[in-house]
Amino acid sequence: MLRFIVRRLIGVIPTLFVLSFLLFGWLRLLPGGPAGALLGDKATPESIASVNKVLGLDQPIPVQYVKFLGRMLTGDFGNSLSKSRPVVDELADAIPATVELALAALIFAVGLGIPLGYLAARRKGGLFDNMTIIGTLVGVAVPVFFLGYLLKKYIAVDLGWFETSGRVTAGLDETKVTGFKVLDAILTREWDVLFDALSHLVLPAIVLGTIPLAVIVRITRASVLDVMNEDYVRTAEAKGLYAKTVRKRHILRNALLPVSTTIGLQTGLLLAGAVLTEKVFVWNGLGSLLAEGIERRDYPRLQAMILVIAFVYVIVNLLVDISYAIIDPRVRVR
Amino acid sequence: MSGIATQKRDKIDALAATAATDEGGVSLIVDAFRRLARNPVAIVGAAIVLLFVLLAIFAPLIAPKDPTVRYLIDEIRQNTPLPPRPGFPLGTDENGRDLLSRLIVGSRQSLIVGVMATLIGLVAGMIIGGIAGALGGWVDTILMRFTDILLSVPSLLLAISIAALAARPSQWTVIIAVAIVSVPIFARLLRGSMLAQRNTDHVLAARALGVRENTIVFRHMLPNSLSPVIVQATLTLATSIIDAAALSFLGLGDPDPNRAEWGSMLGEGSRVYFDVRPEMAIYPGLAIVIVALGFTLLGESLREALDPKNRR
Repeated sequence: MLRFIVRRLIGVIPTLFVLSFLLFGWLRLLPGGPAGALLGDKATPESIASVNKVLGLDQPIPVQYVKFLGRMLTGDFGNSLSKSRPVVDELADAIPATVELALAALIFAVGLGIPLGYLAARRKGGLFDNMTIIGTLVGVAVPVFFLGYLLKKYIAVDLGWFETSGRVTAGLDETKVTGFKVLDAILTREWDVLFDALSHLVLPAIVLGTIPLAVIVRITRASVLDVMNEDYVRTAEAKGLYAKTVRKRHILRNALLPVSTTIGLQTGLLLAGAVLTEKVFVWNGLGSLLAEGIERRDYPRLQAMILVIAFVYVIVNLLVDISYAIIDPRVRVR
Repeated sequence: MSGIATQKRDKIDALAATAATDEGGVSLIVDAFRRLARNPVAIVGAAIVLLFVLLAIFAPLIAPKDPTVRYLIDEIRQNTPLPPRPGFPLGTDENGRDLLSRLIVGSRQSLIVGVMATLIGLVAGMIIGGIAGALGGWVDTILMRFTDILLSVPSLLLAISIAALAARPSQWTVIIAVAIVSVPIFARLLRGSMLAQRNTDHVLAARALGVRENTIVFRHMLPNSLSPVIVQATLTLATSIIDAAALSFLGLGDPDPNRAEWGSMLGEGSRVYFDVRPEMAIYPGLAIVIVALGFTLLGESLREALDPKNRR
């Protein structure tokens, strides 16, 4: 097991290396280079030259790359242009917000998706099955931000259910412990804050969780159908086990293996979807930072954000891989 | 390589493998079409796609008004779109232009965005995948490493990073950003199904007969490897239109105010007007959902029909 983890860890290094190289090149592909992007319309050849000198952009490219790599490794991403705040501080505030949202979305998707997919498979070809399949197809076809605005307008504003924006109501007396609002509220036993935070969390989590939900339903359904025809299920039935035991111990447990793979695959979707969802619900996480960075063409921030998001993605991958190895011993051999 | 890229890769390779089987008797394509014509899901999907294409082609003839003329600009207060009135069944946009006409004409630009993005991704991906699949060996290894890295970045983030590079966003920066996302998928797909073709009996037979390698690749391997690529292209049409809308929403879309395109109408409509006049977003939004659904239904049923496992 340890050897497997070490091997995986080593496998991550080239990916991160190539990513950093691409990102380094990315900023240099900009018209006028980073200095041009920094100065915008005010750029003159002289001002570009002086900014280049300050930023060390007049040095040879390999030297610049090594320095860039060094700064990224030590977490020094520079200041963001728009707020002149260290990008690291912005990230530190944003990461718990996005993780909280993504986790809530995942709980929604998994908690609803596995039962729905399982029931659809049990009633294959029936009305419930067909409705579920149609639902998953529609769920994938609706642009994430469009769904967000629909729910925000027709559920939060018109019906007055749940909150429309932000993570907690301003002016609420809350204590910061970890930065995760829900967790903080539970830890400090501030039940009013907990209720408030949850009511802010519901709609964004549903919006962000919809596409993963559709995917999980379909995979669960397909996987349960596959397993139901396996010999060992027939054997279990033949030897007279209760139908309930067969379903729980033989069908569901085996069917969930491919599902857990899919859940890991959703992290990328969640991170990308967060950019859109957070903008709709004014959720101050990574997605909002990224969207704001795009609007203001704040390249230092964008560069750091993309690297951090890619890093998170790669690390989550790694964790998912390791968890498979724990669930399914066959993976370790490969 | 990270695990998720591995999984994405495996999924693509599984689709590629559906092209690998040797078939005798009735051709798979003919058989697939016969099954497709009996499948109600496929018919609904095909009907939606057909209607959409017809609408896009004949849009200027169908649209009751000129989509670029600011008919009611004098009545617009504080950039607020006007509600429906005689002659303007869906009301106007913030510039006093007829919303219905803009929606109808918008189908054309949306089709162009979807088709161009898919086509560019398809061609680039097929060149990379074709070279990798035809040559194999170290060329294959290097090219597939490259696609694996692209696959390891979440697709929308990749599109955002590319679109954000453009100094002056235009329709083409959107199309190219969306297209690049699908390049590694097409590349891997074609490469997978071509490698699977390599060891089939008909390719071995051709090689034994002394057919030249070029002819084998272009006449024997390539045509037999295309069906999963066609399936993927149909599905990509749907995602391209949705991704283009997302870029618009983030402010990376087509800045031309005269051009009507569903993605940018939805993006702008959501961002700016959802509280005042949600219809500005809802009409183009529904249009996108229906068209994306059409392409998805068609693509999924094509996949089923072309899968040799489903032959009786």
